[in-house]
Order: sequence, then structure tokens, then C-alpha cells
Amino acid sequence: MAAFFSPFISKPDNVSQIMLKVLLALIPGIALYVWYFGPAILVSIALASVTALATEALMLKLRNRPVAPFLKDNSALLTGWLLALSIPPLAPWWLIVVGTAFCIAVAKHLYGGLGNNMFNPAMIGFAVLIISFPVPMTHWLTPHGLGQVELTFIDQLEYIFLGALPPGVTLDAITMATPLDTLKTRLHLDESIKHILDMPIYGRLAGQGSEMVSWGFLAGGLYLLATRIISWHVPVAYLGALFITAGLFHLADPAHYVTPLFHWFSGAAMIGAFFILTDPVSGPTTNKGKLIFAAGAGLLTYLIRAFGGFPDGTAFATLLMNICVPLIVLYTQPRIFGRKKPAPGNGGKP
Amino acid sequence: MRPLFAFHGGIHPPANKAQSTQLPVLRAPLPAKLTIPLRQHAGESAKPVVQVGDRVLKGQLIGEPEGFISSSIHAPTSGTITAVDPQAIPHPSGLPDLCITLIPDGKDEWIARQAVDYRTLPADELRHRLRMSGIVGLGGAVFPSDIKLRPLRDHPNKIIDTLIINGAECEPYITCDDMLMRERAADIVQGAEMLRFTLAAREVLIGIEDNKPEAIAAMRRAVADSGLPFEVLAVPTLYPGGSAKHLIKVLTGLEVPSGALPTDIGVQCFNVATTYSVARALAHGEPLISRIVTVTGNVHQPRNYEALLGTPLNELVALSAPLPDTARYIMGGPMMGMPLDTLALPLVKAGNCVIAASSALFPPAPPAMPCIRCARCAQVCPAELQPMDLYWFARAKDFGKAQAFSLFDCIECGACSYVCPSHIPLVQYYRFAKSEIRAREQEKIAADKARERHEYRELRIEREKQEKAERLAAKEKAALAAKPAAPATPPEDASPENSAQRKIQAALDHAQAQAAAVTPKNTVNLSPEQLAEIAKIEARRAHIRELAQSDVEHPKE
Repeated sequence: MAAFFSPFISKPDNVSQIMLKVLLALIPGIALYVWYFGPAILVSIALASVTALATEALMLKLRNRPVAPFLKDNSALLTGWLLALSIPPLAPWWLIVVGTAFCIAVAKHLYGGLGNNMFNPAMIGFAVLIISFPVPMTHWLTPHGLGQVELTFIDQLEYIFLGALPPGVTLDAITMATPLDTLKTRLHLDESIKHILDMPIYGRLAGQGSEMVSWGFLAGGLYLLATRIISWHVPVAYLGALFITAGLFHLADPAHYVTPLFHWFSGAAMIGAFFILTDPVSGPTTNKGKLIFAAGAGLLTYLIRAFGGFPDGTAFATLLMNICVPLIVLYTQPRIFGRKKPAPGNGGKP
Repeated sequence: MRPLFAFHGGIHPPANKAQSTQLPVLRAPLPAKLTIPLRQHAGESAKPVVQVGDRVLKGQLIGEPEGFISSSIHAPTSGTITAVDPQAIPHPSGLPDLCITLIPDGKDEWIARQAVDYRTLPADELRHRLRMSGIVGLGGAVFPSDIKLRPLRDHPNKIIDTLIINGAECEPYITCDDMLMRERAADIVQGAEMLRFTLAAREVLIGIEDNKPEAIAAMRRAVADSGLPFEVLAVPTLYPGGSAKHLIKVLTGLEVPSGALPTDIGVQCFNVATTYSVARALAHGEPLISRIVTVTGNVHQPRNYEALLGTPLNELVALSAPLPDTARYIMGGPMMGMPLDTLALPLVKAGNCVIAASSALFPPAPPAMPCIRCARCAQVCPAELQPMDLYWFARAKDFGKAQAFSLFDCIECGACSYVCPSHIPLVQYYRFAKSEIRAREQEKIAADKARERHEYRELRIEREKQEKAERLAAKEKAALAAKPAAPATPPEDASPENSAQRKIQAALDHAQAQAAAVTPKNTVNLSPEQLAEIAKIEARRAHIRELAQSDVEHPKE
């Protein structure tokens, strides 16, 4: 007979449903991605999903863990989707496959599987890819209407799986650097912000198309907040810190530093605020800790974007702050009922 | 309007209270046999004062308190005592305990009941009356009420400012306090005034969760009728808002310091059913012989019964007609209640509710998944602990750290387990860690005592050796001195052999006495019951260890 002890009731909720809701919340962003950049992203999401589930199953088998309940928890799928959304969709198929396999096998299972990884697995995958394969990681699709040529879905599939482009089409004709990257490069060439932002790749707030995808992720994030899957602490602290830092620089020197809104709607800021930094496993558990963690990530994101070697900073900011999590948790222990001081000890994971 | 305060966390489980409040409280029929446990309260078991064959009257003392924390037990009806022996009682250990079996004669004949005027009696006498009436906390802790009314001897200048009457009844399904307040509010108010008078409290606050509007209205009416300046406050429905410490926080904004008692902050708290029984005891001379109990869950007719203590639970449950798919029973609520292996158990003072459980109503928990540190447990923990960290420490058997992170501030309310999306039986881990820590502390105390005994023994042997040597030396000296004198016949018992024999005998006696006094280990000379209890506890620990070892729990198919 199954164990029978109090409490005898539980909230009808489980890890699988939570992860599923997070996946659902990504849909508006993905839909806008398809609208503005074509269906290639769906291919990389599919590749990431298959790789994630296969690697998860293999690792569970190797670790002698039950496969079915863990495959059903949707956590591997989420890691795969987040990685797919972080890298250029029009890339050789092995790029997302290698990245996803690394996320699941190394960043997740070698650390002990679900619940035990110190680092955000998707961001580890991103870091590995951008360091190991920097060239394909810069070939971002041009939004509709801006490229010299536009590939059909079949053309895109042929490039992803066979590496073949239609005759007469070069990769440069269909891809571009990201708006953040372009901004950085051109600023180095001493062009003024105003001049740069007049380029057709820029839209109302940030990059043409990509700013709309950010709106999609913001919408999904608000759904997660409304359903209490995530708390307000991380997105507010992250976007707040990014806004304030960017705002201070912008106020001091508007010719060289773009507006805070540009930063909000560029790169991985929105998906990072609501989907990446909110990963419970690799983030802090205390509310105060979440504020410090996310604010630190916001500050680091800005510093990397403005002064670092990479165009976007969300991934490295996340990983750097992941390192600090045990310390943050230790120093943000809340006061206990009926006590004046918080508990001592080392908090978090021993 | 008095401002209310909030406590951190809490959950909103489905209340399931409406089912059992449709009908008034029904007096359960007199059973053919009553089994009255002598341990129905916290502290020392009561001592039986009747013998097999005795005829007793309703309300007659049959078990008297023994020790400071103890209470008395009374015959719930008139009849004949047929046994005084160990029988199964509702207790987490599932072990038998001493019970008195009473066969009712059907006459229900009372002892001479003596009402007292609480205003004219000295406080000591009042407390004694409550102790001899078997009044204990009926909210679940069954702590003797007279002790909670004692003056604070260590702090004579400390006073009780606020008396709180707890009618929150936050656990789902349970409605016995709700029905009591609806139907017998006047007695509760009278009891509250008695308690207030005894404590010399300045104000009385009656806290009731706002999902009981009828009870609130009834209590407000009764307070208005009594003309007493009590306040009936509707507190937000939030489990575990009926925990004394949390109700105190909600009503006064004060937090009982960790490890302290409410009286340390000038507050005392009694449950409404306890308050009612105080009124019955003082104003009517009726000891605690019955209580209201909710029978609900998977039954045809959920309702509340006023049943005599000692009533067999199966007879009680049969009144509500359990449905055929009932698989198990729970005593208490679904959050903190206790599973019952059998219904062949008597109703006790702590028995506020019996829930019939079917697998449809209480589906077994899905297999546990690893903790994903989502911290939902921390968001709902009313003690403001970090349950996911405590779980980690308990699983790793890092008990020192668990204690450093205030494991013992956990009230085992189960809110963390309730919300855990990984379905980890968190409370079980905390119970395991607490019992391990307590066991280790006991072992340490025992080891310290053994070491002290050993050291003392070494010292004593050394000292005896020395004394013996001195005595012998003195004797030799004396013999040497006596030699030149005429060899008179020495007195018989002074002969060296006799004296030596005597000494050997004395030493043997002494050694035997020592052996008798010092039992080398507390696990020898145990009764079969105690051995069974140890085996049971060991089995439970083994099970929890198993839980702790496997990352993922999968019930065997």
C-alpha cells in the first residue's frame, strides 16, 4: 500500500505542468519570430526538442534513473527551446544539436539532473556555441522586407540540413549582424547614435522585427506572472537595473549611449527577464536574493553590451550571477516567525 | 474596528466544510461498551482509581492525574467496569495503552454535580477543579488547561493582557467548533469570562475564520446578550490561521518568540471547545466526558455528533454510513490528521474529526520528483522557514545544519507539502530529522550519564583501595602494639577471618545493590509493549531512510 500520511491533500499541480505553461508562454514570441523572420526558427526548435528529449533519455538510462517520469517533466524541452531561441535560426543543423546535447548532458545531468544544476543549462549551451562556433553564431536572419533576397522555407531547410544556398545567393545577402552588434561595431567607427539608428534595420524602439519578438516574450512573461509561475522579483529587478544603468549612461552622453528602451527591446533582455533568469533551479530561492541576483544580471548585461566583447550580455550575465547564488542565498535568509534574526548557516546548497 | 495583522504564507485548500454543517449536532446513541484510555492528554497518564467489577456513575472520577502535567478521566455514563488493561488507542504509534472498559447500564445516572461560582473561589481552587474535571485543550494538543491558567511564578509582575478564544478552525473538513459556536455560543462566552477572570486578563478576543458567518453571528449575539466587553473578530480564512501563534499574530500583531510561550508576551489562548467545557465544569459541575466530533468525507451523511469519550469509532462512523469505496480513515483534518489503521478505537478528547477516505477523495500522491527549488514552500511557510533547504539538510542527514536553520520552528502544518509541485513528502522529512535529532540528544545524555557513572566508580574503587590499605596498616600497628600484653581471648567477631568474611559479604551486598541501582542500558528489562514500540519506530525510520535515499519515489506496481 502506498504511504499514507498527512497532509493527505495536495495542490493539483506538478513540475510537468509548470514547465508546460512556460513553454506555452513562449508561443507569442515564437509566433512573432515566425512572422518577422520566417519559419526557420520552427526548424531549430524542432531539432532542439528532438535532441533534448533524446539526450535526456540517454542520460537517464546511463544514470539508472526512470526515463518516463523525467521525460514527461518538460524541463528538457524548455532548455532546448530557450537555446533555440537564443541562437541564429538559419544555421547548420548540427549547431543546435551540439548545443542542446551539451546543455542536457553536461550542464544538467553531469551536475545531477533536474533540480541540481548550478548553471542555467540553456545559457551554458549558448556560451559553448558562441565560443566554439563564433561564425555561424553571427549569421542572423534579416527581417522580412529588408534583405536583398528572401529564402523560401524549402531554401532554408536545404541550407540548414545540406548547407546549400540557392545559386547566386550568398549568406551575407540573407543574414545580418544583430541590431546590438551593428550598433556596437558602428559606434566603434565613431558614427553617431542618431545616424546609426536611421539604418533600415532599426525600428521604433530597437531592431526591426526583433523588437516585436521582445514584445511577444513580454506578453508571455506577463502570463507567467499572472499565473504565479514566476514572481515579480526577477523581471522587475533585471529590467529595472538594465533600465537605470542604460538610462544613466544615456543621460550622461546621449550621442554614444542608446536609450534604456532600446536595451529592453534588444537581444535577449525580455526572454532573459521572464524566461531565463527566472529558472528556479539555478537562481536564488529568497525574494531578496532574487532582487540582488537579477539586478546584478541587469547591470552585467549592460556592461557587457556597452563595453564587453560580445554584442549581447544576457547569457554571460546569467552565468556569472549563477555563480553568486549560494552566497546571495546565504546573506538574504529571511527572518523566521518569532525570531529577531534570520537563521545562520550557509543557505542554499551546502 | 480593530486592525488585523497578517502572517507570512498560508494556503487555501478546499474547505469541504459545508457538507457536515447542514444538520444540527446529534447526540450519538449510548454504545454497548465504552473503552476509556487513561492517556487522553499531554503529559503523564492518569492513574486508574477503580477496579474491575466497580459500579460507577456518570461523571465519576475513574482516573486521577499523576504528576504535574496530567489530567483526570471520568466515567462517561453509569455502568460497570469490566476491564482495566492495555487496548488499542488512536495514537501515531498504534500501540496499545491502559484503558478502562465500561459496560453502560443504560440509566445514565449522574454523580452529584456541584456548580461553583468562579468569582468566589480562590484561583488555586478553580484550577484544581478544572484539573479534576479533566479539562484539556480540545483544539488538538490536549494540554491540561489548568496549567495554562497558573500564575507566572518566575515572572510575578508579568500579566496576561489579552485572552484569545480560538474559533478559527482552519483545517479543512472539520466543523465541530463551528457547530459548537452556532449552537452553544452562550456557554462559550460564559467559559471565556471564567478564563478571563482566572487570568485577570484585560481583554478577550474571539477569533473566527470568516468562512463561518453563522458561528460569527451566533457568537456576536451571545456576547451582546452577556453584556461582556468581548470582541468577536472575523479573521481571513487562511490555513494554518488556527495555529495559536498565528491567530495571536493576526489578532494582536504580536509574535510569540521562538521557544517561548504566549504568556511571555502577555497573551493566553484557548480553543472554543475547551472554553465550553470550562463553563460546563464550573457552572454545571460536569467533567469532560463527551465532545463534538465531525464525521465526514466519503460518507452518506456527513454531520457532527456529540459522543461520549470512549465510544468506538466504528459505531460513530456507522451513524454517517460510510460509502462502499471507503478505503481508509483519518482522525483529524486532512492537513495534520493521523491515519487510522483500524476503526476499532475509542473516541478520545483529541478526536475532533473522523474522515472517511476513498482514493477518489484522497488520491495517493504522485511519485516524488526532485526539488526544483521553486521555493513555493517558502512562499507558504507560516513559520517563514526555507523548507527546500531544510529538506536538503534532512535528506543529507545534515542535522546540525537543519537545526541551525531552525528546523524546530517548523509546526508541521503541511502547507509546504501541499504546494510542492514535485510532491515531495516534506513534512515526513522534517519529522524524521526531528526524531533523529531528539534520539541523538537522548543518546548523548545517556552517554554522558554513563561516563559520569564510570568515572565515579573508578574514583570509588580507588578510594576504597586506599581506605582498605589504611585500615590494614592501622590494624597491623594495633596488633603489634597489643602483642606484648597477655593474649586474652579476643572477642569472636573481632577475629581476622570473621572480619574479612564480613567485609567480603558487605562488598558483595554493595556490588549487588549497585548493579540493581544502575541499569547499564535503558533498553534492557523492557516490557513487550516497549520493545514493540522500539521496533515500530525503527521500522518507521527505516522507511524514511529509504525515502531519503531514492531520488524519485515510485510505488511498486
